[in-house]
Amino acid sequence: MTKRTVELELATPGVDAQGRAARMPLKARAAEETAEPDLGAEHLLVNLGPQHPATHGVLRLVVELDGETVVRCIPHVGYLHSGFEKLGEYRHYNQIIPLTDRTDYLSPMSNNVGLALAAEKLMGIAITPRCTVLRVIACEMSRIISHMVWLGTTSIDLGAFTPFLWAFQQRERIYDLQEMWTGARLTTSLTRVGGLMADIPDRFVDKLREFTGDFPKTLDEIDRVLTRNAVWAGRTQGVGTLSAAEAITHSLSGPMLRASGVPYDVRKDKPYLGYETYDFDVVVGEHGDVYDRYLVRLEECYQSNRILQQALDRLPDGPINVDDPRVILPSKTRAMSDMEAMIFHFKQVMEGVKAPVGEAYVGIENPKGELGNYLVSDGTAKPVRWRIRPPSFINLSALPRMAEGHLLSDLIAINASVDIVMGEVDR
Amino acid sequence: MIPGALRETVARDGERIVYVARDRLLAAMHWLKETPGQEFNYLVDVTAVEFRDRERPIEVVYFLRSLERRADIRIKVELPSTDELVVDSVWSLWHGADWLEREVYDMFGITFRGHPDLRRILMWETYAEGYPLRKSFPLRGRFSRAEQVRQALNANPEAHYSLEELSIAEAGGDLPEDMRDRLRRGERGVIPEPPPS
Amino acid sequence: MKHVGEVKSSNYLLTKFQELVDWAVNSSRANSLWPMPFGTACCAIEFMATAASRFDFARFGMERQAFSPRQADVLICAGRLPFKLAPVIRRIYDQMPQPKWVISMGACASTGGIFDNYAMVQGIDTIVPVDVYVPGCPPRPEGLLYGILLLHKKIKGESLFDAVRRREEQPLDDKGLRLPPETIDEISEPFGNSVHQFRSS
Ligand code: SF4
Repeated sequence: MTKRTVELELATPGVDAQGRAARMPLKARAAEETAEPDLGAEHLLVNLGPQHPATHGVLRLVVELDGETVVRCIPHVGYLHSGFEKLGEYRHYNQIIPLTDRTDYLSPMSNNVGLALAAEKLMGIAITPRCTVLRVIACEMSRIISHMVWLGTTSIDLGAFTPFLWAFQQRERIYDLQEMWTGARLTTSLTRVGGLMADIPDRFVDKLREFTGDFPKTLDEIDRVLTRNAVWAGRTQGVGTLSAAEAITHSLSGPMLRASGVPYDVRKDKPYLGYETYDFDVVVGEHGDVYDRYLVRLEECYQSNRILQQALDRLPDGPINVDDPRVILPSKTRAMSDMEAMIFHFKQVMEGVKAPVGEAYVGIENPKGELGNYLVSDGTAKPVRWRIRPPSFINLSALPRMAEGHLLSDLIAINASVDIVMGEVDR
Repeated sequence: MIPGALRETVARDGERIVYVARDRLLAAMHWLKETPGQEFNYLVDVTAVEFRDRERPIEVVYFLRSLERRADIRIKVELPSTDELVVDSVWSLWHGADWLEREVYDMFGITFRGHPDLRRILMWETYAEGYPLRKSFPLRGRFSRAEQVRQALNANPEAHYSLEELSIAEAGGDLPEDMRDRLRRGERGVIPEPPPS
Repeated sequence: MKHVGEVKSSNYLLTKFQELVDWAVNSSRANSLWPMPFGTACCAIEFMATAASRFDFARFGMERQAFSPRQADVLICAGRLPFKLAPVIRRIYDQMPQPKWVISMGACASTGGIFDNYAMVQGIDTIVPVDVYVPGCPPRPEGLLYGILLLHKKIKGESLFDAVRRREEQPLDDKGLRLPPETIDEISEPFGNSVHQFRSS
């Protein structure tokens, strides 16, 4: 468990009389605000979105303002409701995987993994060691690109443009790797029930090693530009605070929960894919404000990089798919030359893989929080119910609580700190 | 023993599932949250399941977790589809249930008694076709595409954009006491005490 | 420029006045389009990639992104469009000043894509007129750039003096629809594999 607290070193408004670094004097600033003359109780209603560059997608916020202070903020979601869960009831388990790409489209690979794990739990399939490690690599790559988008867009929202370009440069490198592996930049559809759609190509390991070698340098640069930056600190510290108890009662998860000081990480506490065997730290914040969420996400990128390096070191040889012709498609050559393989191929494509009666829930630690896939089967090849536990939907539901009493401009920072992706909020 | 527990099974992922009588739900949840040794203080998810077999009751599923004990449990309430689809809201125990219950209401038409603001959340409020995740709801909706487009285009993109139209507690007098206090002091936010580690 | 006759001396260039005007107006329009990104879903991420350093559509005169419809020339609908968002895109389109163009980026915006269900508009052309459809799920940034170049081509073929080729405002009819209901039903019909989707097991 790492606790990461950063003291401000530069001359900021947060330096106290003795010149010691301190956090922003929140109370003092608050006092100034109340000293302003009361201009009557007329409240103003402002509509942000659904088409607004700072709402990170088609989120609509109706904000009631007293002067510039948010009295209440009412999010309206559903502008991107695409009926994923209904569609899933009409699809085979393997056909759901392309749908998962499109829910949280900032981390498609780890969504694929989440669904495959749930379907495998449901069917009682144990995946191969090589597949396990490759899936860990996929999850951590996703975490990095998702946090990079978050860093980039949030820094734009708060007025820093450079980190955006740096972050997107690193993203493009991971995109290249994804494209090498799956053939698609964004909609990867990487996993299959019982394995993966493809093994990694030849030069993949070298390229990924190269990436993990220089990626921390970019992080260090971003760290240097933002962490001790007076503007950044001033706009994020003490903004949108949530105590641990509040974070728990609002069911927050992921970096939002950990920034409030609750050390819960699914990878450590309910391990899947053998995460318990990797050496990494769960990053926990102290204050639960926007600044701490930033620190947590930044540090998580370093940790993901560590996991990637360990995974590359231990990557075993062997098959990527389980040896079971009922769940894994036979190779094309065998399907064309061998009668039995052809029958299995035909049955799988036409009828799908049947799951036994029952239900399974698997939660994985997605970049946004705990992504749960809950599958209920009645014995057919299509689930009766496919439920996604959407981390950013649930994290967003705490926004009204976080925003009240802040300035309108802080609302943008708070909203950005939730790290929402509307495809997942609305599904 | 969980109050109101009817029967127990185990899911295929090894988790405990406890079926609870509908009228004892709140008592059971309260017990699970507060009893030492249980301490299920975290609500992971709320959802509902309707089976293809229409005879089977609709299930409302609650996923609970104890963050300290690192333990999970799944609570289910069965609602016979012939009956009224009503169940008590657990919002008073976990505020995270707010949007989750609204979503279940929106998608299945299950009413949560005691929910502070039960409105549709994903579909717009005048959505007339029904509850999309019910099995009786066709995949493409009930109306023709032209009618769906017509209704959508005639919807008001500025709904809920006036103080009168907001259907949650009106500002001013109806705000919770502590929030009014905070607003009066003009506080920008408090830094909470770090949790005991 | 078409039909430009040339006489013996190269000091003369003859053309119709109308074409000269069209040429001047259209090339300046085409080469400095201000896009209004209406990014909703996954395609918006590829749109961002197109705008960012590696692909950089500023090279094609799209340096300035207009986040306000009132200063935009081309609406790029990147991503899926659920019915709940339909009045919003129509309002944005109506707020844009003429001349205006629309690029529909991605399978979802063009046809509904893999989402043939209760929530999704089956192609934004049932709501706003579309000039260029960019296929793909999502289209690669190169694909979007190609679509933008096609739009340039289209703009260069327009004329201020020809009522057919001049673009006019297309308001909604009295029912509030852009197309007749039968047309909407026809173009929203399921096709290919998705006709078999009625059975749920
Ligand atoms: S076309 Fe594909 S990538 Fe684009 S919005 Fe639709 S699902 Fe997403």
